[in-house]
Amino acid sequence: MRSLWLLLALTTSAAAQPVIDFGQPLAAQTIQRYAISVYPDGRNLPPGQGSVIAGGELYASQCAACHSANGKQGPAARLVGSDGFFSLDDPLRILRISEYPLLLLSVGGQWPYATSIFDYIRRAMPHHAPKSLSDDQVYAVSAYILHLNGLLDASAVLDQDSLPKVEMPGRTRLRWAQGAPESAAP
Amino acid sequence: MNKSALRFVAGNGLLDRRAFLRSGYGLSLAAAIGLTPAGRVLAQGEPPMPTWMTSLGGADTEYGSPSAHERQVLRQRQPSTPKTAGFSIWHSPLQHQRGIITPSGLHYAVHHNGIPAIDPERHQLLLHGLVERPLQFDLERLMRYPMVSRIQFLECAGNTAANAISPTARNADCQELFGEVSGSEWTGVPLSYLLREAGVKAEARWVICEGADGGSHSRSLPLAKLLDDAIIAFYQNGERLRPSQGYPLRLFVPGWEGNVSVKWLHRLEVSDSPAFSKDESGLYTRILSDGDILAFGFPMEVKSVITHPSGLQQLPELKGFYEVSGLAWSGLGRISKVEVSADNGRTWAPAQLHAPVLDKALTRFSIPWQWTGAATTLLSRATDELGNTQPSRSEWRSRYAAHSFNHYNAIQAWRVSSSGEVENVYA
Repeated sequence: MRSLWLLLALTTSAAAQPVIDFGQPLAAQTIQRYAISVYPDGRNLPPGQGSVIAGGELYASQCAACHSANGKQGPAARLVGSDGFFSLDDPLRILRISEYPLLLLSVGGQWPYATSIFDYIRRAMPHHAPKSLSDDQVYAVSAYILHLNGLLDASAVLDQDSLPKVEMPGRTRLRWAQGAPESAAP
Repeated sequence: MNKSALRFVAGNGLLDRRAFLRSGYGLSLAAAIGLTPAGRVLAQGEPPMPTWMTSLGGADTEYGSPSAHERQVLRQRQPSTPKTAGFSIWHSPLQHQRGIITPSGLHYAVHHNGIPAIDPERHQLLLHGLVERPLQFDLERLMRYPMVSRIQFLECAGNTAANAISPTARNADCQELFGEVSGSEWTGVPLSYLLREAGVKAEARWVICEGADGGSHSRSLPLAKLLDDAIIAFYQNGERLRPSQGYPLRLFVPGWEGNVSVKWLHRLEVSDSPAFSKDESGLYTRILSDGDILAFGFPMEVKSVITHPSGLQQLPELKGFYEVSGLAWSGLGRISKVEVSADNGRTWAPAQLHAPVLDKALTRFSIPWQWTGAATTLLSRATDELGNTQPSRSEWRSRYAAHSFNHYNAIQAWRVSSSGEVENVYA
């Protein structure tokens, strides 16, 4: 009896629902071209490599104008050091924060995964010419930012195997909000 | 009816919220509190009739604009954003608006990579990842799906950040302090239709949503929410989206921080885990009081603000009748109650909620106020249908580190001086 009722319900609902399938097949090569999201475990990192030394040169020409030479003074987002209002090595920090509140936050101090640095530089930096850097250059700039944060030696070279292994201090501070599905997290 | 018959419902002149709604009562109330017609006695006869009453009016235009007398009602760029191109925050002039719909051109906006100039003929939406059938959609096909319309608010996670972190209350107007919230009717296709067509795999939990802007703005969102009530919006307030709001299409995620309603939506990657994009790693997290970093806290909590009167306004008369009016909203449901205090929180009275009171929408409230003329502080406190209510500023701050500024929803206080100036203060 119950199965008969179910069958009836299914038939009725199937009859009431027109099939709408306007989507077109998406080619694998199109996915490959546009799928640039990198995951904390390193999934979707491209081949290539970049050194802290090469990254330092790129940083000076491509990044320092907005992020300052040491990555702390802005005006754009703070890349280096701890987060918060005060910093012993920057006596003008309070003034800078009142003009640029984004300096309260620090990539090196807060971001839980190093892969996010590669992901963001590749998709969005430099701000005036996003996606203009090669994958090798993105590895290099990522390495230099990690070096400025004391997380990589001056002689280090990054690639798709070593980048996900860099341990970020923000990792231990990460807390997932209630309701965010965490089970599949790395 | 005399003045002593006024029905005060809380300290310092708050009147019954229904005072003007009762038939016949409004006029007698007006008489009781001394409202008189604005007519002026002229010294020497009548002035000439206004020229607009004695001449043919001007021509209309193809697309209407506000009156030239309202040209000061504009969005305002937040001065503290970096001067580098592309990252900009535009605040809506809430203190000049009534009702619950923000005109599309006045809707707040935050852009991380400028506004892309998208050719709608060439724009594609890609849907791939953990799906049976990776799909792409052009605009013409997308807009043939059945659409839904909903009136809902959008609020930036950083709205009212100045009151969260500034050690002293910034003397600023409602627009600067609260202008990163707006309300619109959004129309589009439920995202669930497209996800079901592609066939989401069993292990899928998240969707990485990405825009077609130069920086490929990207956020990871729980699949369950997107299946529940997210839409791909094409229309705002009856017309196609403005470029500033994501033309030709945006994701709209009801009740959640504005940053996740990805504008210029281009790509949806179904996944088992989040990608930890730039914004979910840093800028849109919250630093808790113990230093931990809270990620993926999406819903905007219950909040309200009195827009009339509000910061930097000058009350025209130094006592007498004013309608206190404002906006309340919650990312978790409907507003069930807004209370107003005219004595800095000693006593409270329920405000009138004006229909429609909708799920995850701006709700207009008001209460009549007979001001004695003494300096005082006006507060509003909203509660939603789940029983969530706004905390005090000190309660809110006790939960977070001193430099954490997102999702600030504490009770707002406007100080009204005896000279009629309205100022932002910490209650």
